[in-house]
Amino acid sequence: MGVAASLTNSTAAGAPAAERKPARFALARRTILTPVLLSLLLLAIALITVMTGSRPFNQTVIDVFVRVILVVGLYIFIGNSGVLSFGHIGFTCLGAYAAAWLTINPMMKRGSLPGLPEWLLATRLPYWQSATLAALFAALAALIFGRVLMRLSGIAASIATFAMLAMINTIYSNWESVTGATSSVVGIPIVRVIWPYLIGAVVAIFIAWAHAISRSGLALRAARDEPTAAAASGIDIPRERLVAFVISGAVMGLGGALMAHSIGVVTPDTFYLGLTFITLSMLVVGGMGSLSGGVVGVVLLSALIQALRWLEAGVSLGESTFALPKGVQEIALGVIMIVILALRPSGLMGNREITLPRSSRNK
Amino acid sequence: MLQILFDALSLGSLYALGALGIALIFGVMRLVNFAHGDVIAFCVFALLWPSTDAMAIVFAGQLPWYLLLPFVLLCGAGLSVLCEIVVFRRFRQANPATMMIASFALGFVIRYFLLMLFSSRPKSISLLPELSQPVEILGARLPLLQLITIVATMVILIGLTLFLRQTRFGLEMRAAAENFSMARMLGVRANRVIMGAFALSGALAAAIALIFGAQTGTLDIQMGASIMLMAFIATVIGGLGSLGGAVLAGFLLGAASVIMQVMLPIDARPFRDAFVYGAVILVLLFRPQGLIAARGTKERI
Repeated sequence: MGVAASLTNSTAAGAPAAERKPARFALARRTILTPVLLSLLLLAIALITVMTGSRPFNQTVIDVFVRVILVVGLYIFIGNSGVLSFGHIGFTCLGAYAAAWLTINPMMKRGSLPGLPEWLLATRLPYWQSATLAALFAALAALIFGRVLMRLSGIAASIATFAMLAMINTIYSNWESVTGATSSVVGIPIVRVIWPYLIGAVVAIFIAWAHAISRSGLALRAARDEPTAAAASGIDIPRERLVAFVISGAVMGLGGALMAHSIGVVTPDTFYLGLTFITLSMLVVGGMGSLSGGVVGVVLLSALIQALRWLEAGVSLGESTFALPKGVQEIALGVIMIVILALRPSGLMGNREITLPRSSRNK
Repeated sequence: MLQILFDALSLGSLYALGALGIALIFGVMRLVNFAHGDVIAFCVFALLWPSTDAMAIVFAGQLPWYLLLPFVLLCGAGLSVLCEIVVFRRFRQANPATMMIASFALGFVIRYFLLMLFSSRPKSISLLPELSQPVEILGARLPLLQLITIVATMVILIGLTLFLRQTRFGLEMRAAAENFSMARMLGVRANRVIMGAFALSGALAAAIALIFGAQTGTLDIQMGASIMLMAFIATVIGGLGSLGGAVLAGFLLGAASVIMQVMLPIDARPFRDAFVYGAVILVLLFRPQGLIAARGTKERI
């Protein structure tokens, strides 16, 4: 064990940089196709949306991109560490409210959220600045919570993260003067153009990719698969988990801010169990071991939900209109998810990434 | 003072029964059953005739209590076993995350099925109204129902303990919880034990449904979920798979909620749940394996 530990240490610190660099770029070159292909997929969806020019469809696709950000944020922690977290939507909540604090018109803020500090009451930032600050705020919260929570593992960690989510939700639903309690905070400038959301999603995908091939990401995945061996080789598991937790917290915060700008209203209960489970389901159905799995899960499940909604609204087939009874949409979604999981227990993508056949090592 | 004690005990009873239902299934299958809350909701609505009107059409709720109890318990057990046969049997080999999401999806299906039949409006029902009269004990006025809740929970707990300790089936179930593959090799039938666990857990869900329905007088699709969450937390704090731990933690959580409600300064009271969850995190930090660690859940290398 001591030998192994000193070996890793020496490769980490002692070896000359020139020897390591080619190896690192080789890994990057071998895997870069995945984020590029995923981004192209999203770009294609965005282009189709812009070409059809339909307002409701535009909003739907914006929702999809926001979910992509959230699920990629979940993947960064859950996929790499193997620890199921129920608490990440808490960071989304923090990000969304931070965006609300930073962007609502100061006049309105004074009326609805009088408890904010003076400097915050006076600020009004454009949405991209507020989204960045919201991500940093969420990352800071993740750092504080993570310092404590990352000592835990397995189901205890899952429950502890859930307790964190419930704490955030309770505080935000009751702190009248700062968060408006359970009533909705209105007046967040709405951004209806699709591009900021596309950029956000692509940024999230590249962050996830960069983390996954970084030293920390590789160490974390090693610890996920073989915790004992990884710890014996000198990997500080809580520390690597904390890194992933903070990065994913930032991405979740970014997603929360963009979500706030896409709907213009925030309430604490938007960011509670419903969103937690729908994003987790998307990740697990897609395949929680791979970045592609997360993105594919979001796109497919969102498409499925949308298709079922259309069917519920009624589709005219020749003479007659065919419509599903109300409530069938959710039931069908649940049944389809169970069937997918029964047939492919590790998700649609398994643990593989989307890439061109030539460079894939798995086939 | 006595009032606080009884409040704590009766809230704790609900959590303890819920936690038991989850722990029983986790013990044999390593499945965290998120559909449990929806089984509770289903049992409550089994009292009504399906209709989307605001007025509740009471159906089974009108039965005299000696018919009502077995009917609801059978409903819970039946639905739970059905879930096992239709869905969970296909997930025996899957990893815990997949099972968890599958159980969540199943709960989703049950919930929206109920919504379709009953609409989302909460309905009021007076279930066993004679139980809500107050009684006086040692100078404290308590609703009779609270006493019955506590007594019923005790009876259920003692009955369950006897069942698990004294009968052959209970022995098989405990063996399966400790080491499932070893138990199978020694002749315990997997399907029978798992179905038994699901039936028991469903019956426990039905018991919660009855108590909760009688206490609040309103039926709401969401009501299962809130108990479920606390029960889930209790299961983990108690030590996943350990039945005694689940019950203990359920009572502790109930006590913590009630005591904090009374002891916290007025300003902090709305934030009570935040304190409760903070306490949960603290407990987990000091005892990540739970208050009473179950044998056989320790990770082996």
